[in-house]
Amino acid sequence: MRNIKTVYLRELKFFFNSPMAYIFLVIFSLINGYFFTNTFFLINQSDLRSLFSIVPLVFLFFVPAVTMGLIAWEKNSGTIELISTLPVKDTEFVVGKYLSGLTLILVGMAFSLVHFTTLLVVGTNIDVGAVICGYFGIILLGAFYSAIGTFASSVTDNQVVAFIIGITVVIIFFLLDKVLIFVPAGFSGILQYISVEYHLSNISRGVIDSRNIIYFGSMIWLFLSLTTRVVEIRKWR
Amino acid sequence: MIRIEGLVKHYGDVKAVRGINFEVNDGEILGFLGANGAGKSTTLKIMTSFLSPTAGNVYVNDLNILDHSLEIRKQIGYLPELNPLYTDMRVYDLLEFVAKIRGITGKSFKQAMAKVVEQCGLEGVVHKQVSALSKGYKQRLGLATAIIHDPKILILDEPVTGLDPNQIVEIRELIKELGREKMVIISSHILQEIEVTVDRIVIIHDGSIVADGTRDELMAGFLGKTQLTLEIKNATEGSLGKLSSEIEDVSVVRIEPVHGNHFVVMEYDKHHDPRETIFNLAKSENWVLLEMNPKKTQLEDIFRKLTLKGGAHA
Repeated sequence: MRNIKTVYLRELKFFFNSPMAYIFLVIFSLINGYFFTNTFFLINQSDLRSLFSIVPLVFLFFVPAVTMGLIAWEKNSGTIELISTLPVKDTEFVVGKYLSGLTLILVGMAFSLVHFTTLLVVGTNIDVGAVICGYFGIILLGAFYSAIGTFASSVTDNQVVAFIIGITVVIIFFLLDKVLIFVPAGFSGILQYISVEYHLSNISRGVIDSRNIIYFGSMIWLFLSLTTRVVEIRKWR
Repeated sequence: MIRIEGLVKHYGDVKAVRGINFEVNDGEILGFLGANGAGKSTTLKIMTSFLSPTAGNVYVNDLNILDHSLEIRKQIGYLPELNPLYTDMRVYDLLEFVAKIRGITGKSFKQAMAKVVEQCGLEGVVHKQVSALSKGYKQRLGLATAIIHDPKILILDEPVTGLDPNQIVEIRELIKELGREKMVIISSHILQEIEVTVDRIVIIHDGSIVADGTRDELMAGFLGKTQLTLEIKNATEGSLGKLSSEIEDVSVVRIEPVHGNHFVVMEYDKHHDPRETIFNLAKSENWVLLEMNPKKTQLEDIFRKLTLKGGAHA
């Protein structure tokens, strides 16, 4: 546990000591803000639905961008030799890295609370429960994509390659829901269950089913344990 | 104690290490020597759990590296060849980071920190960014990260490569000081760099161990022959033949006439020093001996002979 925290804090410092975190936060907030305010006053509804529909799209690119360097950069600069010859378990290393990427994404989401504040000031009859569920879904989504991004970052020592792999895998999970009509009926149920959209929409609607939570939890576990495997395999090559 | 048993490492088709065995005892400073690409770094990387062996095992105090990697890593301090450091951190933060992972916090961290800063001469740069350090300071910092937990075993992969002569002397002194209470393994491809520092030398060539012993053992066991160079005036080719016919246990390598004199190169076994006989022969033949110069085999020659291509079998 202590090692996870040490790895995590080092990585966070790395983010915030370089321009990367700030560029990410500014652009992320600008895009969200633009799409949110663009329609907010036109639709005249006291909710954050437009925000919650744009964030999953923005995440497709931003999460892989944030996570691409997590492990790839260590491999590229050789510092993986420093960290992996210290008494740190591979799991601790991977989880610490993952949490730091996720933290940056959560900080980005925290900035969007400014829109919620706007809503509280100008809106009427606000459904706070829907907002909370919306945020909850988005956080789970960010956590899932971060796990994919961490995995992508572990399979290569090139950040650009990690970014492309990350985007590809994320988009596959994102699009699964959209191709259901092209697959045989027996198969579509499984695909639907694997797709992100199905679980996210349930949660956003306020139906927080244990199945949805289990889905996100097991997907995060799956990708993080794959990442740990990849980090271990490096030794045997 | 470290025991390496039948260690093999293949990278795909490349056989980097081909079944090596050796032991390192507590309190010993071992020089691990070999040309570039001989398998030194690979062996050290396996000992420090950065790589896994293809076959064989490494035992550190009877714990094997495959099942007890974490405990072994706790006991070892390692300075990798390329000395990778987190360049985005400050020197203090990096040392604190490593110390935290080593479980050193609070008061004991302050003590450990003060100690390594003093030992490695980092006083002036503690608050500098790692990326701003010179090569010499980076090397010292790498060494500091390796010894901050006061390990019993210290593994240094080419610690003095790329340093200037003054820095080499400093690092050497530091290693010697550390070697008083620790087991130290230093690898190098340059013999002189470590010859004076180490207790024992293991030479690896092409993935196999070709020599293992103290400096004196290597010298004694390897080349017994001494080369003797003579310059002789007033001699004829015919009379020079007596050098080989009348003196036992020597072999004349070559005779060259130079400016009316003759250069003679011969080899003799170290137990049969022929110099006195040669002098007497010269007297009786009326030669004038201008030069008689025995060249003792240097450790460097042994190293070259062992690690030149195919030299291991020569």
